[in-house]
Amino acid sequence: MLKKELGLFLLIVVIGSITAAINPQFASQVNLMNLANQIGLFGLISIGVGLVIITGGVELSVGSMFALLGIFFLDMLVNYEIPWPISLLITIAAGAVLGSIHGLLVTRLKMQPFVVTLCGLLLYRGIARWYTADSTQGFGYGGGYETLEWLMSGRTYNIPHTFIFLVIVAIVMSVVLHKSVYGRYLFAVGKNEEAARFSGIPTTTVITMAYVIAGTLAGISSVFFVFYTQSVSPSAHGNFYELYAIAAAVLGGCSLRGGEGSIVGIVLGTVLLQVLQNLVNILGIPSSLNFAVMGAVILLGVLADQQLQRRRQRRLAMASAEARELTAKEGTAGAAV
Amino acid sequence: MSDTLLELRSITKSYPGVQALRGVDLSVGKGEVVGLIGENGAGKSTLMKILGGVVKPSSGSIVIDGESRTALSVKDAAHAGIAFVHQELHLFENLDVAANIYIGREPRRGGFLNLIDNAALHQRVKPLLRRLGVDFAPDDPVDALSIAQRQMVEIAKALSMDARIIIMDEPTSSLTLTETDKLLSVIADLKAAGVSIIYISHRLSEVKHCADRVVVLRDGRQVGELPKGQITSGAMVRLMIGRDLKSLYIPPKVGIRRGGLELRNFVTSAFPERDVSLMVHRGEILGLAGLVGAGRTSLAQTIFGVHTAKGGQILLDGEPVTIRTPADAIAHGIYLAPEDRKKSGLLLDMSIAENISLPDLKRFAKAMLVDTSREVSVATEQCRSLSIKAPSIDTDAVTLSGGNQQKVVLAKWISMAPQLIIFDEPTRGIDVGAKGEIYALMRGLADAGVAILMISSDMEEVIGVSDRIAVMHEGGISGILDRSQFSEHNVLTLAVGNLGKEDLGKEDLGKEEVVTHA
Repeated sequence: MLKKELGLFLLIVVIGSITAAINPQFASQVNLMNLANQIGLFGLISIGVGLVIITGGVELSVGSMFALLGIFFLDMLVNYEIPWPISLLITIAAGAVLGSIHGLLVTRLKMQPFVVTLCGLLLYRGIARWYTADSTQGFGYGGGYETLEWLMSGRTYNIPHTFIFLVIVAIVMSVVLHKSVYGRYLFAVGKNEEAARFSGIPTTTVITMAYVIAGTLAGISSVFFVFYTQSVSPSAHGNFYELYAIAAAVLGGCSLRGGEGSIVGIVLGTVLLQVLQNLVNILGIPSSLNFAVMGAVILLGVLADQQLQRRRQRRLAMASAEARELTAKEGTAGAAV
Repeated sequence: MSDTLLELRSITKSYPGVQALRGVDLSVGKGEVVGLIGENGAGKSTLMKILGGVVKPSSGSIVIDGESRTALSVKDAAHAGIAFVHQELHLFENLDVAANIYIGREPRRGGFLNLIDNAALHQRVKPLLRRLGVDFAPDDPVDALSIAQRQMVEIAKALSMDARIIIMDEPTSSLTLTETDKLLSVIADLKAAGVSIIYISHRLSEVKHCADRVVVLRDGRQVGELPKGQITSGAMVRLMIGRDLKSLYIPPKVGIRRGGLELRNFVTSAFPERDVSLMVHRGEILGLAGLVGAGRTSLAQTIFGVHTAKGGQILLDGEPVTIRTPADAIAHGIYLAPEDRKKSGLLLDMSIAENISLPDLKRFAKAMLVDTSREVSVATEQCRSLSIKAPSIDTDAVTLSGGNQQKVVLAKWISMAPQLIIFDEPTRGIDVGAKGEIYALMRGLADAGVAILMISSDMEEVIGVSDRIAVMHEGGISGILDRSQFSEHNVLTLAVGNLGKEDLGKEDLGKEEVVTHA
């Protein structure tokens, strides 16, 4: 299982080394910390979306959630002057509520995850733009939330807090996904929902929870992004971010068919994507090519992974044939006695 | 009727380890209705697959219009005018009737644009539908039609291909009585028009009604042929049974104990108009026999909470229990080893250990984290006691043989204090050696006081392994047999469920009296 992650890690090291060799600026502390900040911001939501993908679903609405929840948060903090801890908690809770609505629509009303979250994408963006009349929202001249600002966009020992937070969440979610009862259920449901149901697993709760976790992480990320961009322009804020998250999860080994993936993989997928973005800047490649580079790398990465999978399948088939032969032989031996 | 359209001569077909057909002869004359009957697994489907060109016979010849060949391709079969009306209808529900009838053969126009000529299409479909006297139009969408109407679409499709022989595989299994009558009258019309029909059915009264001749298969052999005058249900049943059954019976060490699972007027959604009352005692293996489609699997899955019961009660040791989900059933110690192991019994991509711990994972957890060492020790223990043969407990379930997969399914339930275990076709696709082990395991569980309900379509198994047999017919229990009453004849009589009194009277086997009709 760790082979895939190791391969991804080596790929990142190779690409990073080549970039650093061409332009030493890449390995400068300033650039690396900047990169770490980006990884922290995008990694958080990739983990949430990755969990949903492991259930066999997909979450397309996170970019729009960033816009809507960002505006919601700024409105509470700046216009209504609600103390920051309460604003923060309400924003996170709102994310969880949106996630649970998605989950319930998928599990109870049997709607397709793609449709549910696509409608979310349109709906949240539309509401955000309507509520602000398309005007950019900022912090203005208010104060009283310096602690939060430090928490969200500050650094400790020069390490961005976004990155530190990602590491903490990744460790916690790693334990949840790979060690806990819930994690095991999640993989089982994603692999074969029917067999999971026949084993008495509460499949609807398990799936709904994945959307709730994704929504909660989106709520937290919204606040991180607000402090990162310092303002929210409702029509552009977070555009395409859901696709970054899905791309990171897929690069990290999540199958859109469900049942596969790891937190380490998702985080490494995010790292690779951000390194690629950074490399485009550092090497002076026209930034208009940004998406094209990303697309090409994801395509090649998934293709390579598929080839490896096929080889593994063939080996498995052979092992299984051998195992059957073994039992058949023992069976006849038993009958002879 | 004298000219023979089609003749099969000593057809055999063997699969690795199984002899599906052993020298079957079958001939069909022009305008003749041939009834083809036999138990589950007698070889009917293999024979039909050979006629359809899907399966190549191992030896024998197929003569069509006097021309002999060793095998048919799908194209040959269609060209010879052989058409199928399948038990599961193969229609595109999203398209309309006309499109379904001419799918792949649409009249075209517009040259290279390859547009469908709808006018011509409807022109061709209308007379077909008129001929069958149906009550729907060419442009009706198929998903708005009833099962019976869909069947007519299939027949129209067969006619559109100028079929000379239409093979109907259990065509009435989901039809109501009036719909069945309608189908039988359509068959009579087709016959009058010179179309031949091979009619495969478990419903002997229909076969008696429409067949000119009945061919009976048993264990891949053609064991008899009844001309028109001799077709009676009794004669058909007599031919269908009669092989020597090996004794698989392991006598109980302890026997029936108090308590168990009781169904009272239990109604499933598959047969909402029938109810089932049944008692499975602790310490016994109750076989549940019946023909495919009699409602056994849906009964099992409803008890297990996969489907919602439409009415009635489940009592465990006399106490009513409420089961709405599999989790409820599991909480009461009611477990199911499902028919389709690969789809619903196991997570093939997970290891043996993970499969065994899955339904009871919370017991393997401390503070919601899975205790892998406990998981390993329980799995190792179960692998030893059930002698599951695998390189290690980390082996993925997908690599195991059928018998070992079934043991993994059992291992997960056995470690959870079972009260009732339902086995749905426990040895399907399992080799002979492993079958014996599964039977011994079932007996061991029964002796330990577990109630066992075993669904089986294998006559040898159901008679050989059970302590009592309940027989299902069209959603209801048509009778319960004690060991002294076990015979293939009695089980089959109850399973077909529609034996006329006169047929029973003619029987000379002296066992009908003890058959309790419910």
